[in-house]
Amino acid sequence: MSDHLILRIVGKFLIPYIMLFALYVQFHGDFGPGGGFQAGVIFASAFVIHTLLFGVQSTQKIAPPWVLKIISSSGVLLYAGVGVATLLMGGLYLDYDVLAADPIAGQHIGIILVEFGVGLTVASVMMLLFFTFADRGEQA
Amino acid sequence: MILEQLIDVFLLAFLAVISIAVLRMRDLFGAVMLFGLYSLTSASLFMVLDAADVAFTEAAVGAGISTILMLCTLSLTGRKEKSLQKKAKMLPLIIVLVTGATLIYGILDLPPFGAPDNPPHTHVTPRYIEQSPEEIDVPNFVTAVLASYRGFDTLGEVVVIFTAGVGVLLLIGRRRRDEKKERAS
Repeated sequence: MSDHLILRIVGKFLIPYIMLFALYVQFHGDFGPGGGFQAGVIFASAFVIHTLLFGVQSTQKIAPPWVLKIISSSGVLLYAGVGVATLLMGGLYLDYDVLAADPIAGQHIGIILVEFGVGLTVASVMMLLFFTFADRGEQA
Repeated sequence: MILEQLIDVFLLAFLAVISIAVLRMRDLFGAVMLFGLYSLTSASLFMVLDAADVAFTEAAVGAGISTILMLCTLSLTGRKEKSLQKKAKMLPLIIVLVTGATLIYGILDLPPFGAPDNPPHTHVTPRYIEQSPEEIDVPNFVTAVLASYRGFDTLGEVVVIFTAGVGVLLLIGRRRRDEKKERAS
């Protein structure tokens, strides 16, 4: 890929915008279409482009697999943890009403936290899957 | 209205053409590309049906990441499909035809598409539409349904994705480490 200079430069230029769009989809999901699942995949695709342009090794310096493994499990834990937090605050499991004094504000906090957990897990799992395949391809 | 139906028919016909092309293709690279195109066409179809969230997911997951993952797999396995001995078999064809006929027979009992008094439109949907501005106050009530009313389902989905990642890492990621060890020793 090192001789594809135009692809490399244009691709590099696109990566921050893809990430920004992913964050927009993540945090604007309650107003427009989108949410954690889509945002996670879009965020992962920025890293996929980076891998295609610069190779697995250089991308794994930015996103090492052991970090991704921790992030992927912490996303699930964040989601489940919101449920436990609502239990401890006297509500039912995943009943966001009790997260704030105002039930609607509580719902908003709950949805943002939960969607963030979804986004973390989806993005890191997608990257892990891609790295696992790409790694084997490079060795073969 | 007629234009909308024309677009629907056109997209559905396009889906049928792509699936037949995938079936007949021996070049796996082309087949993967056509699968991506299939997902993109389905995403357009969902968009015409006003399901923006589903269309978004289909475009990002189906056309984007899945295509990349399948291409990765191709780079490990090889580009050409092995040619099979062509022997016309009747039994699979009969099974497929009977199953298809049963499914079409089943469709006949379904209520008309998009009618306002269909069961899905009279059961919980009106409640979500009417109550969610007061209870949750999120403008996109797809998000409200996914994250709040059906938070348990979404938690399950996230666990499924996490489990899938763990499974792939156990199946493919593990062996790589052993190979490295072998190479080192």
